[in-house]
Amino acid sequence: MNRRESLKALGLLASGTGLLAASSCGPEKNKATDHSDKPPTEKLPGVQDFEHERNLKLQAEQFFSAHELSTITCLVDYIIPKDEFSGSASEAGVPDFIEFIVKDMPHYQTPMRGGLKWMDIRSQKKMGQVFINCTTDQQIKLLDEIAFPSRSIPEVEQGVSFFKTLRNLTASGFYTSKIGIDDLGYVGNRPGVWSGVPAEVLQAHGFATDEG
Amino acid sequence: MTAFQIIESTEHYDAIVVGSGAGGGMAGYILAHAGLKVLMLEAGPFYDPAIDALQLRWSWESPRRGAGTTRPFGDFDAAYGGWELEGEPYTRASGTEFEWFRARMLGGRTNHWGRISLRMGPDDFQPKDGVTDSWPITYDEVKPFYDRVDRMIGIYGTVEGIHNEPDGIFLKPPKPRLNELYIRKGGQKAGVPVIAGRGSVLTEALPGVKDRGTCFYCGQCGRSCKVYGDFSSSSCLVIPAMKTGNLKVIDNAMVREVLTNDEGLAIGVSYVNTKDLQEYSVKAKTVILGASACESARLMLNSKSSAHPNGVGNSSGLVGKYLHDSTGAGLSGFLPQLLDRKRYNEDGVGSVHIYSPWWLDNKKLDFPRGYHIEYGGGMRMPSYGIFGGTAELGDKIPGRDGKPMGEAGYGKALKEQYRRFYGAGVGMAGRGTAIARLDNYCEIDSNKVDKFGIPVLKFHYKWANEEILQAKHMQETFQSIMHEMGAVITSKIHGPETAYGLEAPGKIIHEGGTTRMGNDPKKSVLNKWGQAHDCKNLYVVDAGPFVQQGDKNLTWTILALSMRTAEYILQENKKING
Repeated sequence: MNRRESLKALGLLASGTGLLAASSCGPEKNKATDHSDKPPTEKLPGVQDFEHERNLKLQAEQFFSAHELSTITCLVDYIIPKDEFSGSASEAGVPDFIEFIVKDMPHYQTPMRGGLKWMDIRSQKKMGQVFINCTTDQQIKLLDEIAFPSRSIPEVEQGVSFFKTLRNLTASGFYTSKIGIDDLGYVGNRPGVWSGVPAEVLQAHGFATDEG
Repeated sequence: MTAFQIIESTEHYDAIVVGSGAGGGMAGYILAHAGLKVLMLEAGPFYDPAIDALQLRWSWESPRRGAGTTRPFGDFDAAYGGWELEGEPYTRASGTEFEWFRARMLGGRTNHWGRISLRMGPDDFQPKDGVTDSWPITYDEVKPFYDRVDRMIGIYGTVEGIHNEPDGIFLKPPKPRLNELYIRKGGQKAGVPVIAGRGSVLTEALPGVKDRGTCFYCGQCGRSCKVYGDFSSSSCLVIPAMKTGNLKVIDNAMVREVLTNDEGLAIGVSYVNTKDLQEYSVKAKTVILGASACESARLMLNSKSSAHPNGVGNSSGLVGKYLHDSTGAGLSGFLPQLLDRKRYNEDGVGSVHIYSPWWLDNKKLDFPRGYHIEYGGGMRMPSYGIFGGTAELGDKIPGRDGKPMGEAGYGKALKEQYRRFYGAGVGMAGRGTAIARLDNYCEIDSNKVDKFGIPVLKFHYKWANEEILQAKHMQETFQSIMHEMGAVITSKIHGPETAYGLEAPGKIIHEGGTTRMGNDPKKSVLNKWGQAHDCKNLYVVDAGPFVQQGDKNLTWTILALSMRTAEYILQENKKING
């Protein structure tokens, strides 16, 4: 079977999904319009029964309270805000992802719940109210204390640690969403032909064009 | 259950094959094509990559975005199983360690492996340094089988003429990615050769093979391939063998015991259906074990009878002994030259585009044997864990003006840093020879059974100086290549306190040696054909027969040896019938 026949067998040539045509597009032309990148609720072929049942069970449970989720939403949008290239973390569904992941990986539960509480206590102490009720200026002051480990003071170490965890989870959730993948400009995961590094890239990096 | 009943099959097979991975798959394929009636028993479910592969799925189609909660290599990886299986424990002697990876599915671990397909060389079969025992066979005896595996299954690579890294019959290799060109240049400066990878992926149509598609470069071999563009035992061996009408597969069948008669010959096996727990026994003229090195050893040790009081084929007491994995250690970082790089699709193939075969002379080193290096990096599909710790790299990442960017913290600056960093990562991992030792072994734990009532394995495995010094050398080499290509190291640089990052035994998933072959029945379990010295119609075709593996990944040798054993079985049958 040659490559064309392979793709036919996969149903990628006739189906009109545009996968082949899209392979030459840059990220700009490939902007996602559907932002509802919710995982499918039906079982995909190849997913084991126990895995699917576990996913459904976790999705039916609720870990964070409404207040905790509002705080998470506020925080993740500070971490990854909307800019001229792409939407914000909450637009990409990051709070839902974090809600799922702490049930999937229970070791996150105490650091996350406790970390959110730490934020509110710190906020109450410094600003006289919980984090989400602070003004933007106040929130930025509180974040600046914990978002830069190299210049943070010892008394907020637990906050620094919480923020690192939250930032990593936010990056995981955002850059695995359609919005985030488009933001990065990942243009793979589609059938194509790999014929080596494009000539102009070789040149720009000082490699001979016949190298490789 | 009040009445215990074992259902006895009335069908009498020419051969029963236990396990459907590389070894079992190849034996089943050869025997079924030769017209034998073959029964294959697989402990896991049926699996067809054409239907079941999670290839081309996007990260968001997994609620955990591809994280490894239920599958160690992530939600999209093809292996059903892992280092821990519910209800199927194993134990370790105190002070020792071993991690035992099991994939319960048709095709076993071949559905998700890296497709890195290296031949063992003349010095691997007949070592000149006297550190380990020689195999009872030479490279020249195995070469014709390697050649046939190359033609039958397909492998890409380049002819290099390296003495102990024998060339095969190669398809064209994929071209290097940008980071790999930097690695090759850095390797050259560091004195480490970097050559085209060798992988079982069809980069072009394989002459004479009609039912398999050609690679379309999604880089996801680990998820198994819907068009059968890479080698899995399920797609390339078992499913084709079923089409002959001579091979029957029973899935969800966990084999309990090899049954033997008064003379000690194998007459069949007993197994339990893992879904309804019904017990069965089936009969055959020949029994072939390809359940994986440790699972086959376990099965033999658990098959006790008056003719085989220590377990079938174990009069030598060596079943389970000489267990050895590969060594493994790694280092990762990023290439500043690749910050803000131009985007294009560089998924390539899912096996390695480049690698470094072992290149040094051990006479000048403080450890025996060697390792090869596999490389990673590139603009991959983002999945769970992406940019973990990137924000904390701070001053390690230069800005566009060449000055340190500082900590981005949060907000637009952080987003900008992530964008800039994407695709700049580079990693390397060594895979080396671990010495097969009598005192590294698995045995039956006298106190524990699994959920089917089958006694479980207890492992005794410790690294020794040879492996630790090798890992030390790996770390020095990795750092030198990183330095020469101008990369910034971001992972922990391991020292003696962590055995230079040497992974626990079993972690590299190259375990073998538990039913070693040899000419002396007192010093080996199998003869040079993979036939048990004390049970003539019992064979082992997984990595158990390996006397000592090289730094080469096992699969290609398992395939070649299983083909050789299967043809020996056919010849022996001819003698009897002839």
